[in-house]
Amino acid sequence: MKAYLHLANGKTFEGKLETTISDVEINGEVVFFTGMTGYQEVLTDPSYKNQMIVFTYPLIGNYGINAADFESKKPHVQAVIVYEASAKGYHYQSQYSLKEYLQAWNIPLLTHIDTRAVVKQIRTEGAMQGKISLTSECGEFRKEQQVQLVKHVSTSQIEIYGDGSEHIVLVDFGYKKSILQSLLERKCKVTVVPYNTSFETIQALEPDGILLSNGPGDPKQLSAQLPTIRKVIDHYPTLAICLGHQLVALAYGADTEKLSFGHRGANQPVYDSVKKKVFMTSQNHGYVVNKESLAHTPFVIRFTNVNDQSVEGMFHPTKPILSVQYHPEAHPGPNDTNSIFDEFLQTVKNVRREKVYA
Amino acid sequence: MPKDQTLQSILIIGSGPIVIGQAAEFDYSGTQACLALKEEGYRIILVNNNPATIMTDEVHADAVYFEPLTVESLEKIIAKERPDGLLATFGGQTGLNLAFQLHEKGVLKKYDVKLLGTPIEAIKKGEDREAFRQLMYELGEPVPESEIITNVEDAIAFAEKVGFPIIIRPAYTLGGSGGGIAASMEEFVLLVEKGLAESPITQCLIERSVAGYKEIEYEVMRDYTDTCITVCNMENVDPVGVHTGDSIVVAPSQTLTDEEYHMLRSAAVKIISALGIIGGCNIQFALDPSSKNYYLIEVNPRVSRSSALASKATGYPIARIAAKLAVGYTLAELLNPVTKNTYASFEPALDYVVVKFPRLPFDKFPYANRQLGTQMKATGEVMAIDRNIERAFQKAVHSLEGENVGLLLPSLQKMTTEELKQLITNADDRRFFAILELFRRGENIETVQQLTKIDCFFLNSFQQLIVLEKKAMETHLQDVDANTLKMLKEKGFSDFFLANVWNVKESEVRKKRKALGIVPSYKMVDTCAAEFHSETDYYYSSYFGENELKESNKQKVLIIGSGPIRIGQGIEFDYSSVHSVYALQQEGYETVLINNNPETVSTDFAVANRLYFEPLTFEDVLNVIEAEQIDKVIVQFGGQTAINLVKELEEAGVNIIGVSHGVIDQLEDRERFYQLLEELNIPHVPGLMADDETQLFAKAREIGFPILLRPSYVIGGKGMFIVKNEEELHGLLNEHSITYPVLIDIYLQGKEAEVDLVADGENIFIPTIVEHVEKAGVHSGDSYAVLPAVSLTEDEKEQIVAYARKIVRKLHFKGIMNIQYVIHNRVVYVLEVNPRASRTVPIVSKTTGMPLVQIATKLLLGKCLEDVVATKNELLADVPYVVLKYPVFSTHKLPGVDSLVGPEMKSTGEGISIANTLEEAAAKTFHPYVSRKGEANEIYLDIDGLEKIDEIKQLKNMIEEKQLIVVAEVPFEEWVKRNEALAFFSLKKDEQSSTWRKLALSQQILTFTELETCQLFLKGIRCKDLSVSSIQQWLLFKQQTEKAVIL
Repeated sequence: MKAYLHLANGKTFEGKLETTISDVEINGEVVFFTGMTGYQEVLTDPSYKNQMIVFTYPLIGNYGINAADFESKKPHVQAVIVYEASAKGYHYQSQYSLKEYLQAWNIPLLTHIDTRAVVKQIRTEGAMQGKISLTSECGEFRKEQQVQLVKHVSTSQIEIYGDGSEHIVLVDFGYKKSILQSLLERKCKVTVVPYNTSFETIQALEPDGILLSNGPGDPKQLSAQLPTIRKVIDHYPTLAICLGHQLVALAYGADTEKLSFGHRGANQPVYDSVKKKVFMTSQNHGYVVNKESLAHTPFVIRFTNVNDQSVEGMFHPTKPILSVQYHPEAHPGPNDTNSIFDEFLQTVKNVRREKVYA
Repeated sequence: MPKDQTLQSILIIGSGPIVIGQAAEFDYSGTQACLALKEEGYRIILVNNNPATIMTDEVHADAVYFEPLTVESLEKIIAKERPDGLLATFGGQTGLNLAFQLHEKGVLKKYDVKLLGTPIEAIKKGEDREAFRQLMYELGEPVPESEIITNVEDAIAFAEKVGFPIIIRPAYTLGGSGGGIAASMEEFVLLVEKGLAESPITQCLIERSVAGYKEIEYEVMRDYTDTCITVCNMENVDPVGVHTGDSIVVAPSQTLTDEEYHMLRSAAVKIISALGIIGGCNIQFALDPSSKNYYLIEVNPRVSRSSALASKATGYPIARIAAKLAVGYTLAELLNPVTKNTYASFEPALDYVVVKFPRLPFDKFPYANRQLGTQMKATGEVMAIDRNIERAFQKAVHSLEGENVGLLLPSLQKMTTEELKQLITNADDRRFFAILELFRRGENIETVQQLTKIDCFFLNSFQQLIVLEKKAMETHLQDVDANTLKMLKEKGFSDFFLANVWNVKESEVRKKRKALGIVPSYKMVDTCAAEFHSETDYYYSSYFGENELKESNKQKVLIIGSGPIRIGQGIEFDYSSVHSVYALQQEGYETVLINNNPETVSTDFAVANRLYFEPLTFEDVLNVIEAEQIDKVIVQFGGQTAINLVKELEEAGVNIIGVSHGVIDQLEDRERFYQLLEELNIPHVPGLMADDETQLFAKAREIGFPILLRPSYVIGGKGMFIVKNEEELHGLLNEHSITYPVLIDIYLQGKEAEVDLVADGENIFIPTIVEHVEKAGVHSGDSYAVLPAVSLTEDEKEQIVAYARKIVRKLHFKGIMNIQYVIHNRVVYVLEVNPRASRTVPIVSKTTGMPLVQIATKLLLGKCLEDVVATKNELLADVPYVVLKYPVFSTHKLPGVDSLVGPEMKSTGEGISIANTLEEAAAKTFHPYVSRKGEANEIYLDIDGLEKIDEIKQLKNMIEEKQLIVVAEVPFEEWVKRNEALAFFSLKKDEQSSTWRKLALSQQILTFTELETCQLFLKGIRCKDLSVSSIQQWLLFKQQTEKAVIL
């Protein structure tokens, strides 16, 4: 079926709607992902909640959808926009085609779009609202709603995984399964808690360390949680990833801001001032910690984006808090930085030893 | 860290003459290395005896040595130049082996030369398979069960333990040469014997074959801080079993999940880091198509053919960056040269699909074994880019300039389905077309998958092409609607193909298409999938989406490149294209270049102002001309490929400067050509035309044997035969199909000479006359040649110049032209006139110091000779040294090909030697071979029945004079294995001689099939203590001699 992608700047792109949708039109922020593989991981990463995702790689769906590579239980994207979607998944693990999978979740798949042209719009004018409709007329754009997304993707109850020696509480703002997996692989016991869990509840769990997860949306929407977060991270060795990293900064009084069009891909170069080399990282974020605002906090910037010099991670000079803007758990993308988890767990062990001998 | 300040001068080793497995890609990488280091202020000393390369231009290096690529000659150069550093990872396996030997022999230490970039230990670990396996074992990276063997007994023991199939890979050979896959003990023993013989260290790796696995490559880079990136990964459409150089390859991988992509990427990063490589590295994996199991199959600790492909496919210039890393930079310090807005420490994101097809030489060698395996056979390759994979495949096959019409290879239509199935199972160069033919006949994907192990993803897109092809056939030009036509174009069906199936003219299809508004858009290759703004005008076409062309109001000139490297059309045309670009830029024009060869310098986006990676067809070229609003088009530098486009472009109203279709036709159509020569009173070889076999015999008798048969239009000597008598003619007709009308020339066994001239429509300038060593009848590409001419009289030289002048004036020719002559009984005949740059242009330009292409380009733009060339002489005085050009063959990689030279070209490359005397030049030419042969001193003469001929008697005397031994009586099979066997001289065309030549080839015994070549070899044999001089020194010497003459 012929369908249209309308951008808030007035540009319209004609394409083909591959799935049937129940709504007349679909709205959402249009963002693009530059990785050449990993569409399944992207679709199921909760951080993409309510976003319409444009894949810059033109052939998507070649290896289908399999049972092993989900990052959460369901897709979170609002719509998928590609040039070509493979009708079939050609892979021994494939269980559904991309189209079958999206159809099952009632997510629109818009194909035959000049995705490169869409990307150039976003690149020059910044991430913007878009809508998919069956009419070529753009019509009025709905006002961008400041909905709090985290509560829709966070777990509502406490879940326990693994039975390892280190006990990590993973505060769920919309975590990716690979983060949990990275901890389990390193012999941790992981307790996943809702994003708004109180300090007392966490304390009662007697964790050895805290992991603040990734998640969707503007970190400032979670201002109510900041005092709790501050208290938690001041008490326990902490690793914070993506949204979690932004929350650490906010909890210490620093500021965050929106990037023009975000970093979403598998090739973001990040300089590590400790290891003195550059790592390729997987990223997915629209907001970033303001560098200047960190000057008023004790935090030291450790990781910097080579391309735009933005803050990619920091540590507290005296407390065991380490936070990264990128995704060390990879999936999709390179896992060059997964030693961050080892560093974190080493800290967790050291702190525990200190406690034992203290 | 900024660059290494302790270095002043750097020695770079090139890869030498082009052979299969080592082609133009090393000119590209070498040129990039030279430029990257020169701009840092280093003095560059370059050794490469391949004159057709761009890297050996004076502008790219401060001292260029056209000297043999041996340790002996390199040591002399090092002793003379005393370089501070050596860069060895840009000259292919040749460069790497030489660096290794220079290290082993203590030369580097003796002269205090620092090996830059990848350290010697890493080279050793990467190259020595035992050391490499040990390291992989330590890293926990799986390699297939294997063993290093040095004798057949150990090999058999391994095979009994592991079972078949087993792959045999000889150590230190080019392009996997000498290897293969054995399915039985019998096959296995044969291959092991051959492999041991070919390996310079008599060592083979034998391993469990993983044929049928997905073959995946990563191009990885690393700097000294251990920052590692993968520039690109690539997936071979042909699974493991076909050499990657002969495989259809796509980038990025298409069938790997993110998990698999990064599993292999992580392994690649781990390996490059453990090896300690600084620069680029190619890592190849075999991945089980039905599990996560993988094996590492190869590591090349240097830039390679694949890195050239990856550079063009992504826009990330691997060699350039690797050169900077070698002198101490880090990736994060270097700017991304495409975007100029981001840094080199990142991994390119592609938003298009890249397809590479190999260019195989079986059109030239119909009798060679065309089966593909672990030994590379391709001479070149083409690359295509598009947003969808179907059109990328189509563009690639359009770029091949093969016998296919679109997706159809007519010769396959006659084959039965069973034969086609056999063909795709065994894999030869026609496999892609055979699969399509099977789909055309209704065969299903599963069957084809079982036979080929090609992933269904690819097979599905092949099948889609056939579905669309049927759709095209079901409609017609009048009926086709805009949507259908748009879809057919988007998926790559050419106007030419559609015109063919609709039985209309291509121009009619074009007209209708344009009327419907269906024109291509041009998209940028920007390394970053449009995430960042990019400064570089590097484009590909797509019949879908927005056009991204940047406006420009400058005057634009288009240069049409020469496509894939093939026998008869090599790197020399890339040299010419690039030099023309340089000249145009000097003159203030904006240069636009179209080509499809990923190996070359011309397709470096930094060369022309605007680069188009497109097939060189009328449709694609005219599309660019229209989109860019080109003012002038130059075709003289793109070989026959560009010349072939002239007629149609001219008809479409394109302004081609310097040459018209009328002129080309007059020169290529033999009848018109002879008329022209007769009008000008220039002797031509008497010839007659025959329309059928009866006429052929009658006219052959009329003219008298020996005769030379040639098609009326001839390219690269294809379809040319020398026939000595009627019996041979009968034999020929039994073996070959002759296309009529055929031209019958008297075959004059005279001296052959040629000139490359530049002309302004009136006056000519000839830097030198080149004389062939062999008598006429050997293709100019396969003949040895000397400049300046050694045996021509002043009178003959004058005639050569006078005829050239006459032809130019008659045709009002502008630009560059090559004329070939034969001189017989003091009469100078004109054999052939090519209105374009030729193979000898780079040699003549470099060794006389006259940049012919740049001069010609300026003449094409309207300047007069007197504005461009300082001398008023038509022919320059002889240079005071001898330049010997020699052909280089890859015949040992092509089983079934006879090394007998003749009118059809067989060589893949060429080299030159420069010396004070012809003897020394000859000695330099054969030095790498002779020095390898140690004390060998026997020459076998295969002359049964020819003993009485004077020339043979003289040859025997000459051999004895040189204290060598003539052998003729010993059984050949026995002799060829002797340590004393030095060379084989074989003149005859019969079956036995052919068998012997193949045997000699397999034992790597130098074989001569022309008397003069053998004499040349003997001339140099006792010449010892060869000197080394750079071309800059030779040219200085020339200048001084000229001054001396004037004074």
